[in-house]
Amino acid sequence: MQFGVFTVGDVTPDPTTGRTPTEAERIKAMVAIALKAEEVGLDVFATGEHHNPPFVPSSPTTMLGYIAARTERLILSTATTLITTNDPVKIAEDYAMLQHLADGRVDLIMGRGNTGPVYPWFGKDIRDGIDLAIENYALLRKLWREDVVDWEGKHRTPLQSFTSTPRPLDDVPPFVWHGSIRSPQIAEQAAYYGDGFFANHIFWPKEHFQRLITFYRERYEHHGHGAAHQAIVGLGGQVFMRRNSQDAVREFRPYFDNAPVYGHGPSLEEFTEQTPLTVGSPQEVIDKTLTFREHFGDYQRQLFLMDHAGLPLKTVLEQLDLLGEIVPTLRREFAVGRPADVPAAPTHASLLKAAVGGVNSR
Amino acid sequence: MTTLAVVQAGLGSPSSTQLLATRLAEAVQRLVPDLEVRTVHLRDVARDIADNLVTGFPSARLREVVESVVGADAVIAVTPTFNASYSGLFKSFVDVLEPESLAGKPVLIGATGGTERHSLVLDHALRPLFAYLRAVVVPTGVYAASSDWGAEGLPGRVDRAAGELADLLVGRAPAKPVDDGFVPFDQLLAGR
Repeated sequence: MQFGVFTVGDVTPDPTTGRTPTEAERIKAMVAIALKAEEVGLDVFATGEHHNPPFVPSSPTTMLGYIAARTERLILSTATTLITTNDPVKIAEDYAMLQHLADGRVDLIMGRGNTGPVYPWFGKDIRDGIDLAIENYALLRKLWREDVVDWEGKHRTPLQSFTSTPRPLDDVPPFVWHGSIRSPQIAEQAAYYGDGFFANHIFWPKEHFQRLITFYRERYEHHGHGAAHQAIVGLGGQVFMRRNSQDAVREFRPYFDNAPVYGHGPSLEEFTEQTPLTVGSPQEVIDKTLTFREHFGDYQRQLFLMDHAGLPLKTVLEQLDLLGEIVPTLRREFAVGRPADVPAAPTHASLLKAAVGGVNSR
Repeated sequence: MTTLAVVQAGLGSPSSTQLLATRLAEAVQRLVPDLEVRTVHLRDVARDIADNLVTGFPSARLREVVESVVGADAVIAVTPTFNASYSGLFKSFVDVLEPESLAGKPVLIGATGGTERHSLVLDHALRPLFAYLRAVVVPTGVYAASSDWGAEGLPGRVDRAAGELADLLVGRAPAKPVDDGFVPFDQLLAGR
């Protein structure tokens, strides 16, 4: 099972000091967090993609390419890549390029983006969101899998005799996950292609995502990629830890109370009860995280949100040290009773092996 | 079994909004046999509603309330008049309902206010709101000013509105669950 961190890349004032980091500080902090993730033994770093303040990561492959050069093992991913407003041709090229630079340590989580004005800024319409996600991704797959592409669709100019360069590393396209908060169409899309499904699983009660993931698993089996329990599931999560549970609550509360997404609403206590958020001791985080398997079945990837709401870099790096301490326990416990036929998350190496072995890895 | 959800946004206790909602419900009950009435006092979930606006999801308690309303065969909705319109709490509750969840549902609208001068709140605020939600609003809405509680006329209006709602309920198919949006992939790929 893979463990890692994902970041939104928000520039948020620290509510305890009132200080707002500069864009440069925030960007460098994201890099520091990625490097730390590898140092403490995590498997994945995923960056958000946004094209509006207060977010900085508009150019994921620039950032991930830089991180690739400074890491050895870390898988570089996105959370999420905007499959709606990006040109699928540019996604095909950018991420194939990144694959070569990172020796295959690349995958993507596709998302639609929920900020209305971003669509028109990129010449699109949010009302076409699902349609764009379906059409653009179908084209992206074709560009990665066919050397010469003729294509026509509704949402971009046609292509005749187009070759996306560079070709994917070893002719193995990056593995793709699809993220969605509420659209069964996206779970259906992931299931149809045998791709992974990633549930953000941060801001909503587990019951909400249980419905989507159960549906994805059923449709994965329906489309013939394996049994439902073999579908490729990733989950988000959000934690704040201190050795002593009360210290964690005391320190995190001002960040929670002022957080851009859920601040000024429910109390920290209500929100931790209703959602996967865990604020407490490392043991409490272990206990809560292990319940995810009971709710969603054996899964492949667990990403944690560690660095939002104005938390200073120093604190985030301390959090990553603690996460690094508990991940071996999580790996061990998640392995207990895991059926042998539940696959690991696909990697470049596993996909290459499957391709060479003649196994259909679509 | 036919179910009727009574949603009222009164803030006081006792409250004239509560009083009107109860009278409307009892009048419908007299006309529809075997009617199960579920009463929702929005004040009881006021903070849950505000939290839902902020977080995007309902608490367990609010989810139960929402399900009892959108799952009912008909709805009576009564609000006090604040600044020439429905109350903010009332509108906030409507705002946390899923789109389409009241489409086609028979609704009886009611409002209360200090004076008769606000009675057009029914036709200028509530009726357009429920028209937008594509609910089926009965022709008679019931407005009760403070003075109506000591005057003739209110019971007749209550009975007329209740009769209209009861007519819509009789012989009606049970409330259907909200469409979950599933589309098979070949249709998605074909652009539907």
